[in-house]
Amino acid sequence: MTESTHSNCKSLLGSLSDYVDGDLGAELCREIEKHIAECEDCRIVVDTTRKTVDLVHASNLPQTGLPDEVRDRLFKRLNLADYLKPVSQ
Amino acid sequence: MIETISKPDISLEALRAGDRAEFARLVDSYSAPIYRLGLRMLGNEQDAEDVLQNTFLSAFTHLSNFEGRSSVLTWLYRIAVNESLMVMRRGKPEVNIDDTDSSDEAEDFSPTQFVDWGALPEDMLLSVEGKQALDRAIQNLPENLRMVFLLRDIQELSIKDTAETLGLTESNVKVRLLRARLSLREQLSVYYGERINQEKIND
Ligand SMILES: [Zn+2]
Repeated sequence: MTESTHSNCKSLLGSLSDYVDGDLGAELCREIEKHIAECEDCRIVVDTTRKTVDLVHASNLPQTGLPDEVRDRLFKRLNLADYLKPVSQ
Repeated sequence: MIETISKPDISLEALRAGDRAEFARLVDSYSAPIYRLGLRMLGNEQDAEDVLQNTFLSAFTHLSNFEGRSSVLTWLYRIAVNESLMVMRRGKPEVNIDDTDSSDEAEDFSPTQFVDWGALPEDMLLSVEGKQALDRAIQNLPENLRMVFLLRDIQELSIKDTAETLGLTESNVKVRLLRARLSLREQLSVYYGERINQEKIND
């Protein structure tokens, strides 16, 4: 695959999620790394996809709890109002 | 990461026997992730609260259908996803998550944006504005991609649990996850491309 111009770009795309999640086998990883060393567009796609997933995970935290008034209404709707003591800390 | 996976040992027998205290414990253990899922899925608090209430009402009614093969959380997510779809369909005639539409090929999502924004400083990427851009991009995803993305990347279910929750195959989940991520990447590339250009102009 010496003249690996852009014929590999599409096949890289198929492995992208697994690569970013760290679920790709070592051999396929090496292929991708070899390709993105030569193909700037794919290098950018890989970097920015990884960054996108990182940002999603980073913005997941902190996990907010249920607002008190939402919990109140939920318990009443479920006829559980008598169990509506404050959430224990 | 998901705080509810502190495995609250909810007793199924107690639930089925109509133990209301146990049901209250179930609600307190799982209501927060269900509410967040609804918020992300529907984008507003009123709809998210409807989904939350309907999910537990439905769970209560269908307790006997729960066989305990999947986790309680997966089971509740499945109900919540269906409730969310019903809310979405109020306004629109057809939202179908399991239709294998013609564009289920990743090739249709070939990247078109090659802005190298991945190395921008974290405090810019994680700024209030940056997070809003991400939220907008998520809301722009078509429903069938958004469901998969939310369960996998936001609620952090495994591929297997995501597939089970949505009644999709694992390979279908993977294809949709890839399409969702690529779509978000495209949208963020446009957003940060504009930022980068503005800075160049201002310099
Ligand atoms: Zn390439």
